[in-house]
Amino acid sequence: MTDTTLPYSAHGDPHHLRGLYDSALGHEGPAPKRIVTGFGFWIFLLSDIVMFSCFFASYAVLLRQTAGGPSGSQVFDLRSVAAETAFLLLSSFTCGLASIAADLRNARWYQAAMAATAVLGLCFLALEAREFSGLVARGAGPTRSAFLSAFFTLVGCHGLHVSAGILWLLTMMAQVLAKGFRADILRRLLCFALFWHALDIIWVAIFSVVYLVGSGT
Amino acid sequence: MLGKLSWAAIPLDQPIPLTVGALVLVAILAVLAWIVIAGHLPYLWREWITSVDHKRIGVMYILLASVMLLRGGSDAIMMRAQQAIAYHSQGYLPPEHYNQIFSAHGTIMIFFVAMPFVIGLMNLVVPLQLGVRDVAFPTLNSVGFWLTATGSLLVNISLVIGEFARTGWLAFPPLSELSYSPGVGVDYYAWSLEISGIGTLVAGINLVTTVLKLRTRGMTYLRMPMFCWTTLASNLLIIAAFPILTATLAMLLLDRYLGFHFFTNEAGGNVMMFMNLIWAWGHPEVYILVLPAFGVFSEVVSTFSSKPLFGYRSMVLATMAICIISFMVWLHHFFTMGAGPYVNAIFGIASMIIAVPTGVKIYNWLFTMYGGRVRFATPMMWAVGFMVTFIIGGLTGVLLAVPPADFLLHNSLFLVAHFHNVVIGGTLFGAFAGYTYWFPKAFGFRLDERLGKVAFWFTLIGFYVTFIPLYSAGVLGMTRRMQHYDVAEWRPWMIAAGIGMVLMSVGVIFQILQLVVSIRHRAELRDVTGDPWDGRSLEWATSSPPPVFNFAVMPNVTGEDAYWTIKSKARRQNLEVREPDYRDIEMPRNSPTGFVCAFFATVMGFALIWHIWWMVILGLVGAFATFVVFAWRDHDEYVIPANEVARIDRANLAERRAATNFAESPA
Repeated sequence: MTDTTLPYSAHGDPHHLRGLYDSALGHEGPAPKRIVTGFGFWIFLLSDIVMFSCFFASYAVLLRQTAGGPSGSQVFDLRSVAAETAFLLLSSFTCGLASIAADLRNARWYQAAMAATAVLGLCFLALEAREFSGLVARGAGPTRSAFLSAFFTLVGCHGLHVSAGILWLLTMMAQVLAKGFRADILRRLLCFALFWHALDIIWVAIFSVVYLVGSGT
Repeated sequence: MLGKLSWAAIPLDQPIPLTVGALVLVAILAVLAWIVIAGHLPYLWREWITSVDHKRIGVMYILLASVMLLRGGSDAIMMRAQQAIAYHSQGYLPPEHYNQIFSAHGTIMIFFVAMPFVIGLMNLVVPLQLGVRDVAFPTLNSVGFWLTATGSLLVNISLVIGEFARTGWLAFPPLSELSYSPGVGVDYYAWSLEISGIGTLVAGINLVTTVLKLRTRGMTYLRMPMFCWTTLASNLLIIAAFPILTATLAMLLLDRYLGFHFFTNEAGGNVMMFMNLIWAWGHPEVYILVLPAFGVFSEVVSTFSSKPLFGYRSMVLATMAICIISFMVWLHHFFTMGAGPYVNAIFGIASMIIAVPTGVKIYNWLFTMYGGRVRFATPMMWAVGFMVTFIIGGLTGVLLAVPPADFLLHNSLFLVAHFHNVVIGGTLFGAFAGYTYWFPKAFGFRLDERLGKVAFWFTLIGFYVTFIPLYSAGVLGMTRRMQHYDVAEWRPWMIAAGIGMVLMSVGVIFQILQLVVSIRHRAELRDVTGDPWDGRSLEWATSSPPPVFNFAVMPNVTGEDAYWTIKSKARRQNLEVREPDYRDIEMPRNSPTGFVCAFFATVMGFALIWHIWWMVILGLVGAFATFVVFAWRDHDEYVIPANEVARIDRANLAERRAATNFAESPA
């Protein structure tokens, strides 16, 4: 046991309780790649949530600034929103199945679960697009009032994240198809799953803050 | 086809930007031609542009910051000259041009000088101080740098194609809304900050992950050098604050591009929401800039006093306290909003409280010097200059934190003098200290000491001659950003500030001279020991410049001041040097991903500014294609075999041993 591996170094004091010192206070050195990647991605997600929180804050500030236009209770269709929620939460479940399949290195189940996730995500996006185009057609587009600007931006930003997530999902399916469950692809898969589940968390906040609180106005 | 872009976008009626732009263009073309003709292009591409080595990326960040410092400094010279002249006259700059200059000056100095300079230093030094071989995400690191470069490129393009914002460096609405700023200036501003902001966020994620997850064996949190701690705090702030900037500018852009009503006067928009959001980013931002400088000073003061940093733990605590409190003071930027006495009082008190941990730091540095064997090398001069200057800036800051006083001084030159006092005295002096301190580590030779000291004195004296008069003019009621004025009392102060600007410019010239002279005399200034300043942390444990893998064998840390401990132990015990056990080293492969990403970001940013929609789509498709190609690569690492590592390390050690024996053996 040497006390340092630098070329200058000397042999450690033999009476020193090195083992105890190392286990109690020591630091084992750089973390493995999987931990580093996952940790970095978590930090990215936190920063993304900070960005969303700005849009949430602006929605809260502008909620009553309808400028004579429609208010939340007049534009929100909670039944459609409930269906969107169901699609998104289910897609998180299938995404979880895909992670399990990847852990078991089962390519067929992995592809099936990822495909189901993509389909559910697309269903969510379709409903959102229907909601948005309906509002614009009724003259309740984002340019109508500050309230609607904030609404379209917050919900639309989440929708953009889901769209980007689906593009990412498709490349993940292709990567596994072409290269199999390589270590670096599994790390990316971990990041993708984190991303997809984070979108769910944000959606839960949107559902409560935007739609439930908003339809009380 | 080309959106809003037409020949009218070239400001043929404004000779100054056009001439400067043409000169710069010719210079760039000449340099490019020389690079291609002399055959340096492959080297540049292989070793720098596609490099994912944190040291190279750090150097490129600092180079970018230095070039942009000249641009932002030219803006400053023009403004000082204008205000020295424009008493009872229009001066030489028309208002619409003057307004672009002060907006560009602020934007460039904060985003493209201070930010890349400190991020460059952190990139260069932190992995070395932590005793590791690279940052957590090397390729992303390169992406972050090149996106920052894209942002500054767009700002510079605005000089000759179109115009820059005339709104000030934070583009407050409603002035920055489409109805009052119909040109492309605000769009240049917003898109370049959106793009470089993503680059900064990437750098922040990368450095936080590096500090928290990649430390060598035994490098516990409380053994990390102070610079690593301030890096951690600063990058935590980046992660928490930069998304706010991204979101706020996105809202402004939605207002401008799609007719949304976030900050408009009509349809329920709320202008003060912009102020709150932008300063919720803006105040942490000033600590993002100054904390790394505090880290540099901690390293410099302890090295040149030959003592461990006084009160290391209190310094850590003060750093983290600043990190948190900096998020609770944003409202002091607009006490005049009229939030009421209670709100203003709370934010005023919070702003004064943040001076406490800063004071702790100042005392720690002073006590580190106390009783130490202080060597006044150039970095140490900057550190001492900083301590004096920053205290003055901090005290005027505490004055401004008193809401009633702020009502009188708001938007006056007193405020301008205050924040230049802390940003120049804090961040810029810190950047220069770090530059002279770590230059030998990055390039293997020292900078000329004599010229460095001359540059320091010119900058320091020039700083006081420029900004003390601005305090006075501010107290006399002069507001900021005046293109001309008719008050006789202000005139002498403006002329004095102009003279100060000349002195500071001489300082910059000496700084450039120092670099040129040092490069020419690099043989004499060469650092073969890897430890030119008798340093204390691990970056000095390897050769200068370090090999690509930093450490042939990862060091094992047993206490604070890791390298100092190793050195004194080696000296005391006078032991034979053992041959270490060399192993194969895996290093990340170079990648053009960052450069390609930035290329598409530039195309997309330019197209968005000028409403060239097909080009926007092209940029998006290109960016996605880059992502897929990057994801598809099969080998992202290469192996340096153990015998190659041994060869490099033995050569470095032999050189170092020869030098140390020569220096230490008694006559």
